[in-house]
Amino acid sequence: MHAVWLATVTAPGAADAVIFGREGLDRLVEVLIADDYQVIGPTVRDSAIVLDKLDSAAGLPAGWGVDTAPGRYRLRQREDAAVFANSAGPQSWKQFLHPPRRQLWSAGPDGEFRPAGPVSPRYAFLGVRGCDLAAIGILGRVLGRVAHPDGSFTRAWQGLFVVAVNCTEPGGVCFCASMGTGPAAGPGYDLALTEQIDASGHWFVAETGSEEGARLLAEIPCRPASAGEVASARTDVDAAAHRMGREMPAVDLRALIQDSMESPHWEDVANRCLTCANCTMVCPTCFCTTTEDVSDLTGEHAGRWQRWASCFEPDFSYMHGGGVRQSGASRYRQWFSHKLGTWHDQFGSSGCVGCGRCIAWCPVGIDITAEAARLAELAQQAQEERE
Amino acid sequence: MTSADSMTVTAAEPMLPVPYRVTSRIAETRDSVTLRLEPAREPLPPFRPGQFAMLAVPAIGEAAISVSGGPASRDGALVHTVRAVGKVSRALHDAPVGTVLGARGPFGTTWDLPSAAGRDEVIVAGGVGLAPLRPVMLGVLAERGGYRRVLLVAGARTPAEFLFRGELDAWSGRADIEVELTVDQPAAGWDGPVGFVTEPLARLSLDPECTTAFLCGPDPMMRFSAQMLLRKGIPPGDIRLSLERNMQCGIGLCGHCQLGPILVCRDGPVVGYALAEPLLTIREL
Amino acid sequence: MTGAARPLAAFPVFAQLPEAELELISSTARTVRFAARQRLFSEGHPAQGCWLIEDGRVALDMAVPGRGQVVLQTLGPGDVLGWSWLVPPYRWHYGATSVLPTTATELDTERLRALAEQDPRFGYTLVLTLFESVLQRLQATRARLLDLYGSPNDQR
Repeated sequence: MHAVWLATVTAPGAADAVIFGREGLDRLVEVLIADDYQVIGPTVRDSAIVLDKLDSAAGLPAGWGVDTAPGRYRLRQREDAAVFANSAGPQSWKQFLHPPRRQLWSAGPDGEFRPAGPVSPRYAFLGVRGCDLAAIGILGRVLGRVAHPDGSFTRAWQGLFVVAVNCTEPGGVCFCASMGTGPAAGPGYDLALTEQIDASGHWFVAETGSEEGARLLAEIPCRPASAGEVASARTDVDAAAHRMGREMPAVDLRALIQDSMESPHWEDVANRCLTCANCTMVCPTCFCTTTEDVSDLTGEHAGRWQRWASCFEPDFSYMHGGGVRQSGASRYRQWFSHKLGTWHDQFGSSGCVGCGRCIAWCPVGIDITAEAARLAELAQQAQEERE
Repeated sequence: MTSADSMTVTAAEPMLPVPYRVTSRIAETRDSVTLRLEPAREPLPPFRPGQFAMLAVPAIGEAAISVSGGPASRDGALVHTVRAVGKVSRALHDAPVGTVLGARGPFGTTWDLPSAAGRDEVIVAGGVGLAPLRPVMLGVLAERGGYRRVLLVAGARTPAEFLFRGELDAWSGRADIEVELTVDQPAAGWDGPVGFVTEPLARLSLDPECTTAFLCGPDPMMRFSAQMLLRKGIPPGDIRLSLERNMQCGIGLCGHCQLGPILVCRDGPVVGYALAEPLLTIREL
Repeated sequence: MTGAARPLAAFPVFAQLPEAELELISSTARTVRFAARQRLFSEGHPAQGCWLIEDGRVALDMAVPGRGQVVLQTLGPGDVLGWSWLVPPYRWHYGATSVLPTTATELDTERLRALAEQDPRFGYTLVLTLFESVLQRLQATRARLLDLYGSPNDQR
C-alpha cells in the first residue's frame, strides 16, 4: 500500500504480468512472513470461509466454494483445488483495520490520561476481492483522510500490504459489477492475482501495483505471462461480470432516497426487518462505534474503550431520554439511506461495494438491491400519478 | 460557519482528553450549573462561540457540551453550563471544585458572529438553549458598536428556570439591548410575559434586509421560531440554528450524530436554516 | 366614535385587510387607557368589546380553587384581546387584568356584529382575519403544552 493512494498507479499491461504456479503462492506467504508481515487470508472454519492469520498457504480454502442466497450461506466442495473461487465470507477486512474492540486511553489516580498503545501488527492481506478493496478505500475516506483521523486505523492502513484477487467466481448475492467495484480489483493493491485452474494445471497471473509489490514478487519464482495468458485471465474476469447474482438498479440512488424519506416502503421493510444488526456487522464499510468507560472497583483506574456499534441499536441515537430513531422503520431507513445516499454527501462516494454480505447474513433475507428496486418502482408510480 | 472552521486538527490523538480542573461552580437552576474549568497542563486551542467540548468524567463517560463563556480568556479557561439529564451530565453537574475532568476540543462550527457585523442581531433562546447563545451576547457586548440593534428573546419553563438570571437582569436594564423574557408557566411574583417564545418574537418589528437571527433550544422550538422569523420576512440564509444529536467522539468517526447528510459534530452544531429545515421536519431522522 | 390613535392597519392582525373593511372597523374604534392592575373583564360576564393592544401588558386569568387566580397567558403590543363576543354564549371564558399601564384600541363589538350581519362578505373577511390570530395563539399554546423545556427526568 505504500504511497499507492497518493501516486498514480499505471495500469499494468501485459509487460508487467507474470505467471507463477500453486507453489508460488506458498512461497509468497513464506516471503511475507519472513518480511515480518502478519498474513491474513481466507481459511475454512466453523462451516464458513473466515479471515484469519495464516502460517502458510496450506491454510487457504483449496477446493471450497460457497452457495449464497438471501439468508443463506453454505460451503460446498468443488471439483478442483482452486483457493480463491469463493465469494465473501461473514467477515471483512475491516475487523483488522478497525477492530471490534480496542482501548482508547487509561487514566490513573494522578489524573493523567494515557493513550493506549498501538494494537495492530503489520498486516498482509491475501485474497482481497475488488469489492473488499474498494471497501478498504472507503474506510480510508471515512476514518483516514479526515480532519481528525483515527490514528489506530491510519497506522494499520498505511502499513498494509494487499494481495488482491480478480474475481472469476461471483456468488449468488454479489453485485459488485453494478456498484463499479469489481469483479476486477481496482487500484490500491500491491499485487493482484487472477487464479487460473484447469486440466492442464493451477497457476496465477500476477500483476504488480506498487514498488513493494514488485520487490516481494521478485522473490517468487515466476515467468513473464504471454499476451494470450493475460487475455485469458481478463476474459474470465469479464465473464464473471456477467454472472452476477443480482444488480443494483441503475438510477441516481442518492436523489431517489432523498425523495423517498416519507415513502410507505419503510414500513413494509420494517415488517420483515428484525433490527438484528447482522448487516452492519458483516458490512465491510460500516464503521460506527460507541465508547464505553470502565473502571476498577476502587474507581481510581479508569479506561475508555471503543467498540463496534450499529445504527440498528435502539439507543444509537439516544438523546433527551429516548432514541430519536425508535421505530424499526426509521432505523432501517437510516442504514439504507446512509449506505446508498447520504454517504455521498458525507464522504464523497457510495458506501456500498456490492459484496452481498448483508443479503446472505440477513436472517430474513432482505435484499438491499431488491429494496432499492422497489423504491425506484414506487417513485416511478408516484411520478406517473402526478402526470 | 463553514465546516472549514472545524478542520483545525486539535491534537495528534483527538480521542485523548486533556486534564482540566473545576475551579468554580455557579448553580443556575435546580438542575443546571455553570462550571469554570482551567487547564491542569497545556490548554486546548481557543474555543469560539458555538463550538463544543467533549467533557469526560473518568469511569463515567463523556458528553458534548457547548461553551457558554465569553471570548477565550488568556489562561485558557473553559466555561460550560451543564444540565443534569443523564449519567454523564449528572456527574459533570455534581463535580465539586477541584475535580479533574478531561476535555477535548474545540469541535464543531461556530455562530460566526463576524459575518453578522453591522446588522441587527436577534438571539432566540429556549430553555437551556440560552447557554450556547451566551457567547454570542458576550461577543456582541464586547464590541457593541460593531452591531446595530441587539434583541434577546428568551423562553423558560418557569421564572425559576432562567439561566444566568443576574446577567439577564443586567442586560434588561441596558438601553442598548432589547430583552424579552417569557415563561411557559408563571409563578407567584412573576409579572412578566407568559407565553411561548414565539409570541414576544411575533411582536418584534424587524428589518428583513439587515437582521441575523441566532436560535438555540429544543428542535420544535427552533422550528416554530424560525417559521415566525420567516413570516416576518427574514430570509432563511440569515437564520442560524444550533443542533444537537447523540455524540460519542465529537470528531466525525463514530457515526452517532448523523442527521441525514450531515454529521452534527463536523458540519454543525451551528447550521443555516436552509440546510436544517428539511432535516428537522422528517420524522425520526 | 372617535377614530383610533394608531391606524388599524398598523396592527399585524389587520395588516392585510382591504381599505374598505378597515374603514368599517375603524368606525367602531376608540382609544382606551387602563391603569396597572385594572380588571378589564371577568369570567362568565357578557362578552362585549375587543381590544387591540398598543402598549402595555394584559394577563388572561382564571380562578382555580386551591391555586387562586392563575395566569394563563399575557398579551402585549399588537395582540388581539377578546374573541368570545363573536360566538354564543357571548360570555367571557377567562378574566383579563392589566399588568402594566395599557393603551388599546377598543372596538364596539355590538356594532361590528351588526355590520357583519348586514354585509356577510365583510363578516366573512372579519372572521377570517380574527381566525388567523386565534390560530397563532392556539399554536403557541400547544407549543407550551409540549413542555419542551422540561427535563427528561420529569414524569411525563
